[in-house]
Parts: sequence; structure tokens; C-alpha cells
Amino acid sequence: MPRVGPLVGEFFMNGDTACAEGAISAGCRFFAGYPITPATEVAERMSARLPEIDGIFVQMEDELASMNAILGASWAGVKAMTATSGPGFSLMMENLGLGVMLETPCVLANIQRAGPSTGLPTLVGQGDMMQARWGSHGCYSIIALSPSSPQECYQLTIKAFNLSEKYRLPVLIMSDEIVGHMSEKVVIPPPEDIEIFSRRKPTAVPEEYLPFEPDADLVPPMANAGEGYRFHVTGLTHDERGYPVMTAEAQDRLVRRLVQKIEQNKTDIIDIEEDGIDNAEVVVCSYGISARVSQFAVERARDEGIKVGMLRLVTVWPFPEETIRQISQRVKAFVVPEINYGQIALEVERCAGGAADTILVPNMGGSAHRPETIIDAIRGAVR
Amino acid sequence: MKYWRKALDQDKVKPSHGQVEILKDKCKGCRFCIEFCPRQVLEESTEFNRKGYHPVYAARGDDCVNCGLCELICPDFAIMVTPLEEEEVKGEKCHA
Amino acid sequence: MNLKGSDEKHYIDKYLREDRMPHIWCPGCGLGSILHCFLSGLIKTGISMDKVVVVSGIGCTGRVAGYLKLDSFHTTHGRAIPFATGLKLANPKLKVVVFSGDGDLIAIGGNHLIHAARRNIDMTVICVNNFNYGMTGGQLGPTTPLTARTTTSPIGNYERPFNVPYLAAASGAVYVARWTSMHVRRLEQTITEGLLKRGFSFIEVISPCPTVYGRMNRQPTGLDQLRYYRENSVIRHGADPKEVDIDLNGKIVVGKFIDIERPTYSDLLDEVVQKAFEPELPKPDTSKKRATVAGSTPK
Repeated sequence: MPRVGPLVGEFFMNGDTACAEGAISAGCRFFAGYPITPATEVAERMSARLPEIDGIFVQMEDELASMNAILGASWAGVKAMTATSGPGFSLMMENLGLGVMLETPCVLANIQRAGPSTGLPTLVGQGDMMQARWGSHGCYSIIALSPSSPQECYQLTIKAFNLSEKYRLPVLIMSDEIVGHMSEKVVIPPPEDIEIFSRRKPTAVPEEYLPFEPDADLVPPMANAGEGYRFHVTGLTHDERGYPVMTAEAQDRLVRRLVQKIEQNKTDIIDIEEDGIDNAEVVVCSYGISARVSQFAVERARDEGIKVGMLRLVTVWPFPEETIRQISQRVKAFVVPEINYGQIALEVERCAGGAADTILVPNMGGSAHRPETIIDAIRGAVR
Repeated sequence: MKYWRKALDQDKVKPSHGQVEILKDKCKGCRFCIEFCPRQVLEESTEFNRKGYHPVYAARGDDCVNCGLCELICPDFAIMVTPLEEEEVKGEKCHA
Repeated sequence: MNLKGSDEKHYIDKYLREDRMPHIWCPGCGLGSILHCFLSGLIKTGISMDKVVVVSGIGCTGRVAGYLKLDSFHTTHGRAIPFATGLKLANPKLKVVVFSGDGDLIAIGGNHLIHAARRNIDMTVICVNNFNYGMTGGQLGPTTPLTARTTTSPIGNYERPFNVPYLAAASGAVYVARWTSMHVRRLEQTITEGLLKRGFSFIEVISPCPTVYGRMNRQPTGLDQLRYYRENSVIRHGADPKEVDIDLNGKIVVGKFIDIERPTYSDLLDEVVQKAFEPELPKPDTSKKRATVAGSTPK
């Protein structure tokens, strides 16, 4: 069988497959995962593609192991990812925290299904948005991207790798069952047109290298195992040397930096799409598949003469607080359709701070919103 | 130690000798080395170290045969055994 | 008296993080001896220290990684083996060692242990077994002998423990040995052998925990426990791992039980890849329609 390298051209593929191809374009050469609907197609694609480009695909015994294996692979200097869904996402939370603490670049795709527990394995949900933000214990900041189409699954996976390498943390792709399973045209550009970012390497000699001494952007350069730096890293609270320090001062210093390295670089990280916000009376704020249904609803509402804008969160975490705050000064209300009982709506409400109403359009999962439901909410908001 | 018979090369082969060095402030008094030294070289001293333990010392240093067991079994990296050159050996009683 | 102060250096110090010494282990704990045997055994292999990676989980033994002046990872409870799997598969040039305790590897990490052994990942696992959870105060573990007292079995343990070498061997480890922390020379040799063995090598080291386990089971000092090992260890190389259970204060069968050859995970993967694909990776095909997509390059 001839080997096929990174693809170039136009393809008809589903969101999960596009996610896998995005990873390959981004330079990912290690995938560890565990089968789970509706994320399995990512693993299946990787199992077929990675061996032919000298990458490693390994199916681990569970999601705990999968998450750890990608952390290990990343420390060996290889870009690594895993993909899962609800129950597996819960299991990965333990070592997502380790990834944050060890400042390990890697990508975790969550093709969301409806929960809680086993819930609806084959049907859509967006109920893990707050888990993405706060799911592992302790205080930290995270980056999460939410694709609305297979094309975007491809692009955002590349972006996720770039952000993870740049800011040294696990980056989440918060996709969902519909986007994951829908097949559409996906355009894959030639490698020279794809911008790839790789982790900054230390410039210090091994004897002087401090694995957790940050640069101005609060991100420390990263040595890989086996390069002679002989570093130690630990999940315990640690100092710049990577040594455990059990004091409130060390905790303050470390956790502040872990949070601040994201907060301080928000403008570089956050990606949002605005449509017709400037003269809008009401703004629909959504993400993932719900944003796609919302876009349709917004256009129908405009046909009725309603001044409605659309704000799509491509980056969900860190949350675009400032944008929401500014818009809230000019509009009557935000309409927030999401496939849960109100998660991102809480954030919108917080940032609007009472300046504008926040109207949640909930959906418990199993199917996307009907556009009519959202149009009704828009009509109600302008009344 | 008693031997039932004499080894043929007993006159030619000489047991090696070692010098035991104790890094006394590392000792935590577990007594592993005292117990397992095959030549009973080590004993607990009466002095206190920085940690407040009685560190071991080589009470019969001349008996050391450089087996290195004390060094390896010491959990606190407090013992070093270095081989001694033949001329440095004091008192040839090991060959009796 | 040939006593020297703390400023004097030990030859082994260059492999340890001196700025983290002294270690946290109690007087009479066996971990220091085992760590010394590991370093000594490792030096004898001649493997470049820059290529050695040590991964630990959580617990007293989990602290080993933090004392070694090598690339070392102190991971989460039970997850040292999958973390190490990622390291080894991503960079096969690394010599990967997992150094952790019985609670970490056999209880919370038990699933990872059996699967890494089944896959025959090329790594060496050193499992220090002190029959209890020492760091959290001496609770019942997956290796606590029947009737032994711990802080969560104050009236005596009524759970059957794992026979650790049997578990490793049955799961597919190609090298299985057991010693106690008293058998320093043999342990050192076994560590050298285990590190040089291709495939999943597993070394169990029985070690004293005087502070909790020993105190609750009538062996209140490390020395008491080492004397128990001396009097009750039976060396039986090649013993059937099925028959090496440990009863409270009973005999401890030690030795090298398993030493077999079996292709590793990477051997089998390489074989399959070579059969499936042509040897060369093609150059990226740019002859096809060049697609430019708005936003295809992330900022």
C-alpha cells in the first residue's frame, strides 16, 4: 500500500475525520484514545493515518490512560492528542489537571453527547461547557474552541495545537455529535499555507535551565525528555526549578501565573464572529451546532424586520467578557440558545451585568434547536 | 570463621581492604549497616549528629573487606567505602 | 573516628538532587536502600543518563522521581505507567523506568499495569511493596496480608491480597523478579538485568514501613523487618509465580521468576507497518487544485 502524507485538496468528510486531518496537518504524530460514541471516528481515522506517516496510534485501556499517554508523548517532544465524549471526558478531567499543572501542550477533542452519565450516546448535547472550564479540581484557566462545521473542525484543530504549543497547556475542542457526524466539503490547503507554531525551546544550558521560569508572556520555554536537561516536573505545587514547595506563597505564585498566562493573552487567543451587531437591538450569542441553527433563525428574524445580530463564540474559553460587556451597553437583550439547561448563558448574564437581559433558549439534548424556537425567543426579546 | 580445608591458593589471594567513611550528619540511626556488615565493622557512636541521632562509626575499620554492602544498604547515602591499596593496609590480621 | 560532616559529598550525590536532600523517608524505611540499588544498578548498565526517564506516581515511593537528577516525572496517583507508555512510544530511544509503590501500581493503577504488561511496552517497573499506604498514614492496601492490622483494618485484614509477581507474569511481563530491600546486591544485579531486558520487566521489592505497618504488626523498626526478611526469605529462582503469595509474617519467596522473550509493542507495530506500507513517505502532493480558504491559517 502506498503511503499517503498530509492531504491537500477538497474532500467530503465528517467533522470527526476533519478533526483528525487537522491534527495531522498541525503536526500531531501521537494519538491515544479509547472508543466512545460519537468520538470514535477521530480514533478510527487516526489509526489508519498515523502509521503511514510514522506516527503512533495507541488504543489505551481507558480515558485515564489515554490522557496520561498524550501527556507523556508531549514530554517526549511529539505533538499529541486524544478524542472522547461525555463519560470519557469526565475520566480525563483528573489528568487534564496534570496537563495544566505540568504545562503540557496537547489537544483534547470532546465530541459532546447528551448527559448526565451515559445519557444519549448517539445524540447531540452541549452540556460539558462548564465542565470544560472547571472540570478538574483546583483553580486554573483553560482554552476551549467550538467548531460549527467539518471545515471548522479541521481548522480549529490546527489552531488548538498552535495555542497549546504557544501557551503550554491542554487545549479543548468542544465539538458535538452533529458537527462530528455531519459530512460536508472540507478544503485542506497545502502545508506551506498552514501556519504551525511549535513550543519554544530553552536557550539556557542544562545546568542553568529552570523548567518553570516564564518569559514575558508568562509561558516557560520547554525542554523535552532525553535532551540532557535532566529536569524534574511534578503535579505538586512547585517553584521555577520544578521542585515541590508546600507553602501558600508558592501556591499563589504558581496558580496566579497559570491563570494569568491565559488571561493576559486573551486578545491573542479569543476568536469570535460578529454579524450585524452594530445596529442590533437583540444579539443571539451561541456556539457549535447551536450557532449554525441560530444563524438561520437570525436571518429569518431579519426578514421580519427585527434588528438582530449574531455573535458566534469560536473560542468559548477564555470567555470574551469585554465583547459581551460592550455589546450589552447597546442592546436590549442577548438570546442564548444552547443544548443544555443554561451554561454559557450564565456567563453572558454575568458579563452583561444587568445592562441587557439574557434570554436562555434551553434544549436538554438529543437534537438541535428548531429554528422556530429561537425565532420566537428573538421576537420575545424585542417586544 | 572456620574452614574445613585450606584453599589451594590461599597464600596467593588476599582479600581486598576498604576504607569506610561516614557522612555523619546524614545518618538517621536505622542500624541497617551495623546489622548487616559481614565483618561487624560498624557501631553506633555516643555523639549526636545535627539531626539528633547517634551516627554510626567504623569501630573496626581495619576489618573492612570493601564489600560495599553498608554503602548500598544505607537508606540515607551516609556511607562510602573506598578500596585501599595494598600498602595502605594496616595490620595484616585478615590473612591469619 | 572516621566521621565526616554533611558538607562531605557521597559519590552517588551527582545522580541525586542535592538541593532536595535529605529525603522525606522515615528512619528504617527501605526506600533509600532501594534508590541506591537502582542508581548503582543503572550505572552498571552503561546506559546514557541523559536518555533515562523515571516516572513515579503518588505516595512515599512516588517521591523517588523528585530525588533523581535525571529527567523525571511525578505524575498523578496510579498513572505513572500510561504516562511512561506515552513517553516510550513517542521516543523509543528513551530508557523508561516506572518507580512507584504497591498502592499506586496495583490498586489505583492496576488496570494500567496489566495492560502495559499485556502490550509488552519496553519499560522497567520497580514496584516497592510495603504492604500498606504509608504516606496517608498506613491504610489497608491491595497487598496487605490477610489478618494484618492497618489503620483501616484495625481488627485485622479480611481481604485477600494480590500476589504481585503472579499478576505481572499472568498479564504478560517478560521479566518478573522479587527481592526485599535487604537483598541489596541481588536487587542491584536484578535492576541492571531488568533495565537491559527488552520488553516489560517487573521487579517487586518488599520494603519495610516501620512507622505505620511495622508498628501495627509487631515489627516496630525497619531493622525488625529486615531481620524478618533475613530469617524468612527463600531464594527460589524460576519459582512458579502462582506459589509466591505472602502471608502475614510468613515466608517470602524471592528470586527471578520469569525471564522470557516476546516481541514488544513496537516490534509488532513495526512489523505490521512494514507489511502494510511501502517504505517511503511521499512528498506532499501540491499538483492538485490549490485551495485557499479564508481563515485556514489560525492567527
